[in-house]
Amino acid sequence: MSQETETTAMGQERSDLPSSGVKPGASQPRAERGSPAGGTSTEAEKITKVLLPAEQRPTPSGPVSGSITFGWRAMLKIKHIPMQLFDVTIFPIMMTVMFTFIFGGAMGAVVSGTGQTGGPAVSEYVQFFIPGIFVQTLIMVTMYTGMTLNKDISKGIFDRFRSLPTWRPAQLVGALLGDQVRYTLAGTIILSVGFIVGFRPAGGLTGVLAGFALVLLFSFCLSWVWTMVSLLMPNEEAVMGVSMTIIFPLTFASNIFVPTETMPNWLSGVVDANPVSVLVSAVRELMDGTFDPGSVLLVGVYCAVLVAVFAPISMFLYNRKS
Amino acid sequence: MRVHTSYAVEAHGLFKKFGDNIAVDGVDLSIPRGGIYGVLGPNGAGKTTVIRMLATLLRPDGGEARVLGHDVAAESKTVREKIALTGQFASLDEDLTGIENLILLGRLLGFDKRAARSRGMDLLNAFGLADAADRQVKKYSGGMRRRLDIAGSLIVTPELMFLDEPTTGIDPRSRNQVWDIIRTLVAGGTTILLTTQYLEEADQLADRIAVIDHGQVIAEGTPGQLKSQVGAGALTVRVADPAQREEAAGVLERTLGGDVVREKDSAGLSVRLGEGTNASPALIAMEESGIAVETFSYGQPSLDEVFLALTGKPTETEQNDDDAASAAETAEATL
Repeated sequence: MSQETETTAMGQERSDLPSSGVKPGASQPRAERGSPAGGTSTEAEKITKVLLPAEQRPTPSGPVSGSITFGWRAMLKIKHIPMQLFDVTIFPIMMTVMFTFIFGGAMGAVVSGTGQTGGPAVSEYVQFFIPGIFVQTLIMVTMYTGMTLNKDISKGIFDRFRSLPTWRPAQLVGALLGDQVRYTLAGTIILSVGFIVGFRPAGGLTGVLAGFALVLLFSFCLSWVWTMVSLLMPNEEAVMGVSMTIIFPLTFASNIFVPTETMPNWLSGVVDANPVSVLVSAVRELMDGTFDPGSVLLVGVYCAVLVAVFAPISMFLYNRKS
Repeated sequence: MRVHTSYAVEAHGLFKKFGDNIAVDGVDLSIPRGGIYGVLGPNGAGKTTVIRMLATLLRPDGGEARVLGHDVAAESKTVREKIALTGQFASLDEDLTGIENLILLGRLLGFDKRAARSRGMDLLNAFGLADAADRQVKKYSGGMRRRLDIAGSLIVTPELMFLDEPTTGIDPRSRNQVWDIIRTLVAGGTTILLTTQYLEEADQLADRIAVIDHGQVIAEGTPGQLKSQVGAGALTVRVADPAQREEAAGVLERTLGGDVVREKDSAGLSVRLGEGTNASPALIAMEESGIAVETFSYGQPSLDEVFLALTGKPTETEQNDDDAASAAETAEATL
């Protein structure tokens, strides 16, 4: 089928046929081609005027401003799609309330060492458990970073981002920075629920904030694992599947819910080495007002290792993503 | 360092494979600076893959390419400073508003927030999108998206702009606007490399065209050169009274020669025209024979016909896109 310039009736638009006849294949002079509709010449002028002279071109953003800009994009996303905060609000409340009241009565007996179950045990358990569930929920929430990214980078705008003369990691760093807001929100909700169910940290506000900051740092570093997963997996569902497979053993084989002393020897060694256990111990100490530089440092080492291993892998994958 | 070269793009033996599928199979391109260069081919011919390699989004598996004198693999950052890419599917953030998209790109390109906003507003004004500045892009029409997309490529003026199927899927009026914008940019000194599935688009815009099929350049030249290779277009006639169709067919055969094709409907006829054939006598002869013609059209060869002429076999693409385009053409002409 030909691409046609159809006429509606005989005679109409006949002026299209030059009197010399139709010369197939003859190219029309350029000036006559696609004659702009009325008013377009002013539009052309407007566009010509708005073109930026080469000498006014600014220096492209560097790593810091680039990352901040991508973080700003993540904020805008939250503004336009507030529903995406559903997972970081409802989920923490559910986890905290469920675990506190279902397991609290039994677990409190173990944690306090008195063997007493029921109400007082719940209160004992809350002191032990809230820093733990705080860490677990944030780690769970980091998983959504990978899922969001997986969906996001398949879109056209990432082609454009990648064609810009900016520091490429900013596209990922910025996304992770933006997610800090989600983590902060989720964390605030858990702690609030924690206070409601009776969490009274001895470390006071300073201790709580220090613990919070440490968890945020760890979450940022851990997110690079999900970044890698999101770049390896074909779709969101696959990202979620893989993430869950990692997160479940990581958080349950830890000291979040029960002290490691209650576990068999062979297991407690593994559980104590779990970065999540290390983090939870440090957060418990900070919130309890006992600052131990050693445990905070150990968290720092884990963070450094996570970033050192997974950030370069992620960037490698990102640069080669087609 | 400034590299002087008269070529916007020089590619030799560009090769790219995805798994077992060879997407680009030894493409050579020499695209001069200035003007519009068209890459024409059906879906899946490898056009987008070529663009993505030239825009540093994809590493070639073989061959080499220099964009504005810089190697796409070794000097990708320098290349990125000089190019802009408007992807096949709008390279915009659908969740953000028009102005937010431009601020985002402006800040990444080095403007502070305030300058990025004012630059963004200037562009929205020039592209007739000021009213939609605070609307989410997902609520934009196809034509508005395209214009915003192009505006996003002009926050700083690129030396080379890639437009991947800039008019696929938009209405004819928007398409004409996009064409006008493209011509304006070229007049401003930017070189444009555009891909298209439509021969008409390449013919309207491009100074030179490369025809790509199965990852290879199968023809290259000016639109005139290509069309003369292909030969001719076709005259299509619909008679008012189907009973007169045979008579009309006879007139066409007599005056124009060639095979007259009876279309599926009972009133349509079409005949391919040889190079330099004048179609007017046929119409006049029909009028003189008292055959009432309801519509007639003279069409350029379609992409399908170009491919048939160049490769001896039709394109393997589904016809939906082409049909849609022709339908759009027809609709436009009827307006």
